[in-house]
Amino acid sequence: MTALLQILFDALSLGSLYALGAIGIALIFGVMRLVNFAHGDYISFCVFALLWPSIDAAAIVFAGQLPAYLLIPIILATGACLSMLSEILVFRRFRNANPATMMIASFALGFVIKYTLLMLFSSRPKSIDLWSELALPVEILDARIPLLQVITIIITVLILAALVAFLKRTRFGLEMRAAAENFTMARMLGVRANAVILLAFAISGMLAASIGLILVTQTGTVDIQMGSSVMLVAFIATVIGGLGSLPGAVVAGFLIGGISVLMQVILPLDVRPFRDAFVYGAVIVVLIWRPNGLFAPRSAKQRV
Amino acid sequence: MSLLTIDNISVNYGRLTALRNASLTLAKGETFFVTGPNGAGKSTLLKAIAGVVAPKSGTIHFANTDIGGRTPEDIARLGFSMVPEGRHVFGSLTIEENLRLGVGMRDDKDAAERELETIYSVFPMLKDRRYQTAGVLSGGQQQMLVIGRALMANPQLIAIDEPSLGLAPKVIDDVYAVLLKLRDTRGLTLLIVEQSSTRATMTGGRMILLRGGEIVLEGDARELTKGDALKAAYFGYGEHH
Repeated sequence: MTALLQILFDALSLGSLYALGAIGIALIFGVMRLVNFAHGDYISFCVFALLWPSIDAAAIVFAGQLPAYLLIPIILATGACLSMLSEILVFRRFRNANPATMMIASFALGFVIKYTLLMLFSSRPKSIDLWSELALPVEILDARIPLLQVITIIITVLILAALVAFLKRTRFGLEMRAAAENFTMARMLGVRANAVILLAFAISGMLAASIGLILVTQTGTVDIQMGSSVMLVAFIATVIGGLGSLPGAVVAGFLIGGISVLMQVILPLDVRPFRDAFVYGAVIVVLIWRPNGLFAPRSAKQRV
Repeated sequence: MSLLTIDNISVNYGRLTALRNASLTLAKGETFFVTGPNGAGKSTLLKAIAGVVAPKSGTIHFANTDIGGRTPEDIARLGFSMVPEGRHVFGSLTIEENLRLGVGMRDDKDAAERELETIYSVFPMLKDRRYQTAGVLSGGQQQMLVIGRALMANPQLIAIDEPSLGLAPKVIDDVYAVLLKLRDTRGLTLLIVEQSSTRATMTGGRMILLRGGEIVLEGDARELTKGDALKAAYFGYGEHH
C-alpha cells in the first residue's frame, strides 16, 4: 500500500512536469501551427536567470537569493519576456511561411539561446541550493513522500485550473480558443491576431519558467541541458495527445509520466537501464493505434 | 456617399488571375448581388474586401478608409462583417460563445447583451441550444449561427458567401427575411454572393455577373433577368457571335 502510494506520487509529480511542458507547446501550436523546439531552452534560460553570469565552477547566486515572493514573479516574468521576444523578433516574420520553416527557425532560436548560456556560464552543471528544505519527506498514510512532490502536484493542478478558468471565463481565452480552431475566421470577427499570439507566448513562457523552478528545486543543479530532456518528452506528449489539443497534452503528459515510473518499478533490474526504450515503444503502439493522437482536434488541418 | 468603393482591383493566386480589374460601388442600405458560375471570382472578391487575400493592384475604400493592406481584424472593426463560404462555425465552442465572438470589437458590453437577445429572437433555435457546442448543429443551423454571429457586431455592411447553399427553401426565405428587415430598420448594407440569380430577382437590388474573374454585366437585378442577356453572359455565348 505504501509502496503503491509512493509510485503514485512519483508518477504524478513526473507527469506534472511533462504536462506543464506539453501544454506550453500545445498552446503555441494551437494559435500558430508552430512546434516550438526552443521551448526547452526557455526552461534552461529561466533556470540560469537565478545565477550571475560567470564561467566559474561554483555558482554565483543572484536572483536565487531573493525571497520566494519576489523570486517566483521575476522568474515567471523572465520566461514570459523571453518567449514574447522570440515571437516579436523571430516567429512573427515567419507567420506566413510554411510550418516546416517555422520549426527550423525554432531550432535555430533554441541553439542561439543555448550557446548564449554556454558563453555566459560554461557548460558545467552547477549546484544551487534553492528551497532545499522542500526535499524533506512528509508522511502521508505511512508513506514518506518528499514534500516537493506534493507541492509540484498541487502547483500543477493550480496552474491547470487557472489556465482553464482563463480559457473558459475570459474574453481573451475565448478568442484564443477560437483562434486555435480557425485563425482566419477569428480575425474576420475582429480578433486581434498579434495580441492573441503574443499572449499565448507569454503564458507558454511562464509555463517554461515554472518547470525550470521545479526542476532546480528537485535536482539542486543548474544545467544547460536541463530543459531539453523534459522538452523532448513534453513534445511527444503533445503528439500523443493530438497536436493542438490542450486536454490531450495534459492527459498524455501524465500518461507518459505514469508509464515511465511504472516501467521503473516492474521491469527486471537488468532491463531497467533500457526503460526509455520501453516507454517510447509504448508511444509507438499508441501512435499506430491512433495516428492523430488520443484527442485529435477537429481543426488539426493545416492553416490556409 | 458610398460605403464601399472598389476601384480596379486584380487578384492573383500564383500565376492564376482570379479577379481582373473589378470595380464597384455600394451605397449605404443597398442590396447588392454578386452572381456567376463556379470559379468566376465571387469568393475572391469578398476575400479581397475582408483583407484575407491581398489584391495585386487597385484600391478598396470602406467607411471612408483606404483598407488596402489592412488586416482582417482592422477591417472587421470598421464595420465589415463577413460570412465566408463553408460555414466556419467554431465547432468546439458553444453556440453562445460563437455569438459572443462576434462582439469582440464592441466596447459597449450592454449593447452587446441586447444584441444577443435580438439574435436569439430572430433565431430562437440558437437560444434553445445556446450551451451546446456548435459542432453538433446541422448545416442549416450552422448557417443561421454564422449569420447571427456576423450580425452581433452590428456591422454597416454584411457580406455573405452563398447563404442559400445547402439550405431548405423555407430556411432560405427566413434568412432573407431577417436580412431585409435589418436593411430596412438599421440601414444594413447587404453584399450577397449567389451562384444563381433567382434570389436577386426575387429580392431586387443591384447585381453584377462575374465570369472568368471579370465583371461582365452590371445593373438592376430585375431588369437584367428579363431578357436573355444574363443567360448569355453567364454561359459566355456572347463570345461566339
